[in-house]
Amino acid sequence: MTVTAVVPDPEGLTLTVTAEFAADVERAWQLWSDPRQLERWWGPPTYPATVVEHDLRPGGLVTYFMTGPEGDTPGGLWRVLEVEPPKFLLLEDAFADADGNPIEDLPKTLTRVRIAAREAGGSVMTIESVFPSLESMEQLTAMGMVEGITQAVGQMDAILAA
Amino acid sequence: MVRYNQMVVDEMSPSEVDRLFHALADATRRDIVQRVAGTGLSITELARRYPMTMTAVQKHVGVLVDAGLVTKRRHGREQRVIGNLAAVQRAQQLLAHFEQLWRVRVAAMADILDETDEGARA
Repeated sequence: MTVTAVVPDPEGLTLTVTAEFAADVERAWQLWSDPRQLERWWGPPTYPATVVEHDLRPGGLVTYFMTGPEGDTPGGLWRVLEVEPPKFLLLEDAFADADGNPIEDLPKTLTRVRIAAREAGGSVMTIESVFPSLESMEQLTAMGMVEGITQAVGQMDAILAA
Repeated sequence: MVRYNQMVVDEMSPSEVDRLFHALADATRRDIVQRVAGTGLSITELARRYPMTMTAVQKHVGVLVDAGLVTKRRHGREQRVIGNLAAVQRAQQLLAHFEQLWRVRVAAMADILDETDEGARA
């Protein structure tokens, strides 16, 4: 597994995931900076993502929608708060309506990404998610996407264990 | 649980300790802390249990929130009061869901990177 560390902080409501890749920093950055690559990993398998607008500059927007198993298409958008290619990205992830406008009442997640070179070669990516409140985490989980993924992972585990 | 309490007290400033002791100096507030320890109670449910007004109960809850002993959480149309230890445990469960989401995302990232790697070698 490429994930090397997961640090949940249930008091601060943050989750920090660290992953190591054989690819160098520039190449790993493209996972975020190239919309065609981004849409291949952002949405979980049950909710593939389509990126519409992609402006990875400070103040820029990235808009996307996902297609769910029942044809539902929840939308989302990133507000790019800080960006320092190819090593740092700070964005706020919010829900969007069918026209791509943010739904301010729904919970927003702050995501901080750092990519650094490893001494042994390759790169290390640290992704920190900051949740505003326990209530918002409940809401995000209840909205199906996160729950869907947990079920999908459970199915994979079951298949692998068989 | 012990570790959690220990950690909290170690990190508290003198004014936070004052707030904690003030909060626990009242019998009603001590009772509220015990009652909301599990799944929590709504303000309405709490108010029903004490011979005082809803406003008075809300005031007590406010003191407990300031002391970091309980958290108020919107649950549908009403506010629920939940003990902080229970809140931390629930946060742990929810974070585990997001951990799964990121594990799946990172696995997909690795697949994409492997593809270009092979392409470059070919």
